[in-house]
Amino acid sequence: MSALVDVTVTERDVDVSFEVADGETVALLGPNGAGKSTTLSVLGGLLRPDAGRIVLDGEELTGPGTWVAPHARRTALLAQDPLLFPHLSVLENVAFGPRSTGTGRRAARAAAEHWLAEVDAAELAGRRPAQLSGGQAQRVAVARALAADPRLLLLDEPMAALDVAVAPALRTLLRRVLADRTAVIVTHHVLDALLLADRVVVVEGGRVAEQGPTSEVLSRPRSAFAARFAGLNLVSGVATPDGVRRPDGLLLHGTAATGDHPPPGSPAVAVFRPSAVAVHREPPGGSPRNALAVVVTELEPLGDVVRVRAGELAADVTVASVAELGLAPGSDATFVVKATEVDVYAQ
Amino acid sequence: MSRGGRTRHVGLPRWLFGPALLAAVFVVLPVVAMTTRIAWGDFFSLVSSEAARSALWLSLRTSTASTLLCLVLGIPLATVLARSEARWLGVLRSLVLLPLVLPPVVGGIALLSAFGRQGLLGSELEALGIRIAFSTVAVVLAQTFVSLPFLVVSLEGALRTAGERYDVVAASLGARPTTVLRRVTLPLVLPGLASGAVLAFARSLGEFGATITFAGSLEGTTRTLPLLIYNLRVTDADAAVAMSLVLVAVAVLVIGLVRPRGAL
Repeated sequence: MSALVDVTVTERDVDVSFEVADGETVALLGPNGAGKSTTLSVLGGLLRPDAGRIVLDGEELTGPGTWVAPHARRTALLAQDPLLFPHLSVLENVAFGPRSTGTGRRAARAAAEHWLAEVDAAELAGRRPAQLSGGQAQRVAVARALAADPRLLLLDEPMAALDVAVAPALRTLLRRVLADRTAVIVTHHVLDALLLADRVVVVEGGRVAEQGPTSEVLSRPRSAFAARFAGLNLVSGVATPDGVRRPDGLLLHGTAATGDHPPPGSPAVAVFRPSAVAVHREPPGGSPRNALAVVVTELEPLGDVVRVRAGELAADVTVASVAELGLAPGSDATFVVKATEVDVYAQ
Repeated sequence: MSRGGRTRHVGLPRWLFGPALLAAVFVVLPVVAMTTRIAWGDFFSLVSSEAARSALWLSLRTSTASTLLCLVLGIPLATVLARSEARWLGVLRSLVLLPLVLPPVVGGIALLSAFGRQGLLGSELEALGIRIAFSTVAVVLAQTFVSLPFLVVSLEGALRTAGERYDVVAASLGARPTTVLRRVTLPLVLPGLASGAVLAFARSLGEFGATITFAGSLEGTTRTLPLLIYNLRVTDADAAVAMSLVLVAVAVLVIGLVRPRGAL
């Protein structure tokens, strides 16, 4: 069941447009306040857009003169908190959707049992939500959403409120149940995008900054947010024959790793991995082609390396190097990256 | 917030206990003093007289009826006030609280002006053969008038505290607004609803001013327990004190019903 979204919410300065193909999971990415949750609310019918339309499976849910009430949309919502009804048992919670849409008591119970088994929570059927751990409750919430037989599943950061220890198990579960389902997931986690989403839509400042297949967007990002999300450095500007020139005049040398070099003068980006960046305190001799004078803004441990952030740019260096160079927020430094490590492509 | 919580992290100033004790004594002392005035020898014959039994029975019946009426009218009103965003509801919210601040006698006069024979709707009701003033129905209406705000305020507060997040999830699962209200919204605020209903019942039980103004004091029809006590106070002080104790007992029972929920 495919979905077509093209909506404007003036009050929140959101104007987005994207499509979800049948059986596809689309991840909405973007900084806080970019309009992701607003988009989800509009899809669920909780917020009425000022203009635009939403078409689900050929049926117009929202449009000029059309308004389908939230309960009639069959767009089940899975939120950050499980929000299990505290006065109902786990089984009754999962049976809530079928019961509400007119399924008989016995059939609803059977459906609830089926979906509880599907999320490996059959043994929790008789419990009260208060007797569940966070991970168990969210699994039951997944079963409850699926039992409602949604045409479109809306997930609003479903892993955000979970312990880091239980999030991977739920992610695995969602990967299984979302496999052939039409769904939109809002997330801040790169693993969610990689494992759950077929395509990503990057929303920045209420507009779609870029969209495309997950692997493509995360390996060759075109927006600053997607680059940061994928852990890559991105410099945008205009193409020159040998690289990309930033608006401030700095030229970053690089070449197109695949395909053609973008025509000179056209908007282009230069992308390189933080691990390809060498950090120096003094401008190094031998005039390397790409030397960027920066001020360190943040140090962040990342496995066995330290990510040195300088504004939008990042470099991964060993702990020993950080100590040797005496790096700290506020330090002047030079980021050096070989031209062969810089991928250049059209924005 | 938890009911079983015993730890207190911030100490109370010691001087607070003085006025707190004084307040408790101020409330309890008069009630205790009243029990010392009771002629225990005649107590049971006094409280089991025909007039006493009929007044108690009338009080219980009318208070139950008005509590039910409060529920029927108050649940929708509280829900609309708590969930709707229309601007004019602010004004309505203030108006609904009016009976809380009005002297009950004024409430009785207002009710007479609306439903009395000479009142706004009097002739229409008369044409339908309905006479409300000075009947048991009038007692129920007077009690409902003064009790409704207790239920509405209590329930609206509970609804606002519960929030709309569960309602949103229920709707997304396909539940119609009526189903959401019945299966999610109201069950979640049941403690608030119960304490509101008990408060409304207690207020109805003690209602005096509006009742005597709008319904009069006819034995068996409109003379509820408070009205009987007021009557007896002049003619038979012993009986008045004895009946007061009965009313205190019923009130204590009602408080006992609601107190464990801690939602007052």
